[in-house]
Amino acid sequence: MFFFILRRLGVLIPTFFGITLITFSLIRMIPGDPIEVMMGERSLDPALHAAAMKRLGLDQPLYIQYFDYIGNLFQGNLGASLKTQQSVWSEFTTLFPATLELALCALVFATVCGLLAGVVAAIKRGSIFDHGVMGISLTGFSMPIFWWGLILIMLFSVQLGWTPVSGRLDLAFDVQPQTGFMLIDAWRAEMADPEFNAGAFKDAVMHLILPAIVLGTIPLAVIARMTRSSMLEVLREDYVRTARAKGLSPARVIFIHTLRNALIPVLTVIGLQVGTLMGGAVLTETIFSWPGIGKWLIDAIGRRDYPVVQNGILIVATLVILTNFIVDILYGIANPRIRHAK
Amino acid sequence: MSLLQIKNLSVEFGSEKNPFRAVEGLDLSVDQGEIVGIVGESGSGKSVTMMAMMGLLEGQGRIVADELSFDGKNLLTISARERRKIVGKDIAMIFQDPMTSLNPSYTVGYQIMEVLKVHQGLRGAELKARALELMELVEIPAAKTRLEAYPHQLSGGMSQRVMIAVALACNPKLLIADEPTTALDVTIQAQIMDLLVNLQKERNMALLMITHDLAVIAEVAHRVAVMYAGQVAEEGRVPQLFRHPVHPYTNALLSSIPEHSKGARRLVTLPGIVPGQYDRPSGCLLSPRCPYVQERCRAERPGITAHEHGAVRCFYPLFEKKEAP
Repeated sequence: MFFFILRRLGVLIPTFFGITLITFSLIRMIPGDPIEVMMGERSLDPALHAAAMKRLGLDQPLYIQYFDYIGNLFQGNLGASLKTQQSVWSEFTTLFPATLELALCALVFATVCGLLAGVVAAIKRGSIFDHGVMGISLTGFSMPIFWWGLILIMLFSVQLGWTPVSGRLDLAFDVQPQTGFMLIDAWRAEMADPEFNAGAFKDAVMHLILPAIVLGTIPLAVIARMTRSSMLEVLREDYVRTARAKGLSPARVIFIHTLRNALIPVLTVIGLQVGTLMGGAVLTETIFSWPGIGKWLIDAIGRRDYPVVQNGILIVATLVILTNFIVDILYGIANPRIRHAK
Repeated sequence: MSLLQIKNLSVEFGSEKNPFRAVEGLDLSVDQGEIVGIVGESGSGKSVTMMAMMGLLEGQGRIVADELSFDGKNLLTISARERRKIVGKDIAMIFQDPMTSLNPSYTVGYQIMEVLKVHQGLRGAELKARALELMELVEIPAAKTRLEAYPHQLSGGMSQRVMIAVALACNPKLLIADEPTTALDVTIQAQIMDLLVNLQKERNMALLMITHDLAVIAEVAHRVAVMYAGQVAEEGRVPQLFRHPVHPYTNALLSSIPEHSKGARRLVTLPGIVPGQYDRPSGCLLSPRCPYVQERCRAERPGITAHEHGAVRCFYPLFEKKEAP
């Protein structure tokens, strides 16, 4: 297990360099530079432009800029935003809880519904429910996030007026960010001042529902399909027949003997969804004006904020890689055949 | 009254219109303390019969019978819940491939204790002590540490011993062994057979042994039923049936044992294969392969008729030994 972890960590190093190289070059391939974008329509004296570029070190050849960037990284320096002068790391840590809250809720929604739908579809194989779930999940998987988000906003927010259109909380509430998780902060604010902040928690939940559903749709579809096929495979195993021959209740046969083994590949898939969630968060946060890192990165790309784009993406990619790494280890815990391998 | 009584059992798969009868008109009875063998080729319906009785077909097969009773309880009419109180407790089953029959995610101890918990409500230290006792009963060395072992850490023979421990946990009245030694090495086969027969004698339980190993049956069984294409072709007491098989199929089966092939003669075989779903003959199911076939055999299906030492499903049983034409 120790060597397994070491080997996996070794693979990460080239991946990191790959990410830095890709983000560094991609953002520079987009026409325009930070100074131009900052000035917008107004024309800028070329001499002033050159001076500003020199100040930012952007007049150097690309390879020098890249080595400077890598050098700074090795010193733990992620740079500062060109716009706010705040360090990238502090901006990230301020905004990340919002994305994490959204992604976690989306993942919980996708996992709970996906597992349930997959298990029931597998047990009732060939039934209308089975075909329905598989059809809907194929649709969900193929749905463009921005379109799906807009449709839900149109229906539930605009037509029915059930949920707010955007943001994390109504402005009428006085909620101080403490944990960065709006659900928790709103709950605490409501507890602290039940008069003024009555309904803050419910409002936070209502703001969260639609984005979580939109972001969770693709993972939900993937998890449901994977659970179903994995369950069907395990249901054919000899040990499931043994479990039935022991006179165990159907619930015990399904949940203890089948699902436990069927979960092993599903767990991997859930881990892989973290990447999908981060990618999806960019779109979802933009649609719902959710102040998280997705929206932060989109804005940074818009204004060619090189340090934010490069290092923001690097941090997100690192998180995705680390999550997959943790899933690999969890996989070993769920599967005794791997745990005990020498 | 017999412990297990099966009369005219049929199991069908597939559509109502074009069903495949895996088992057809099967009669079988097992008394307490008796060892009954069921032999037959692959696909002759041996396992399906047992699965149907245990309720393990999960609604895939349609089960029809005049009688299907165990210990005075009608297995055809009882609810699934009632059946689960019998299955795993009074009727237990062990399977062909022990390596895949144990759940890889749980320890051996858990899988033994699970039955004790569900059927006998044992808890705590009592539960653990009983599990250990069972491990020792099936002669697993270092039983105490093996309780914590996972199935992939055990050999095939050890796994089958664990399966037997699970099956015997609630002192079943009937143990069904579905080809218990097929997947094991020859030396281990003998050990497992000895263990099963000893345990059967000790506990005076009924043992229903499904196999295609005639030698095993000849050695241990009291009675044997020979199955062919979902039917019992012949049934009888053990020494008699082996000495004087009266059904042409049993006769062919016994002459195909290498030990019976004396001198430099070629091993006797029965040409052809067991009929499947689409090539079932309209007459006797053996008629396309039978060396003694007559006109009547091709037209009508014979019923099973009793004789002095058993019963046979044949119009022209071989009461007097004749040479194949």
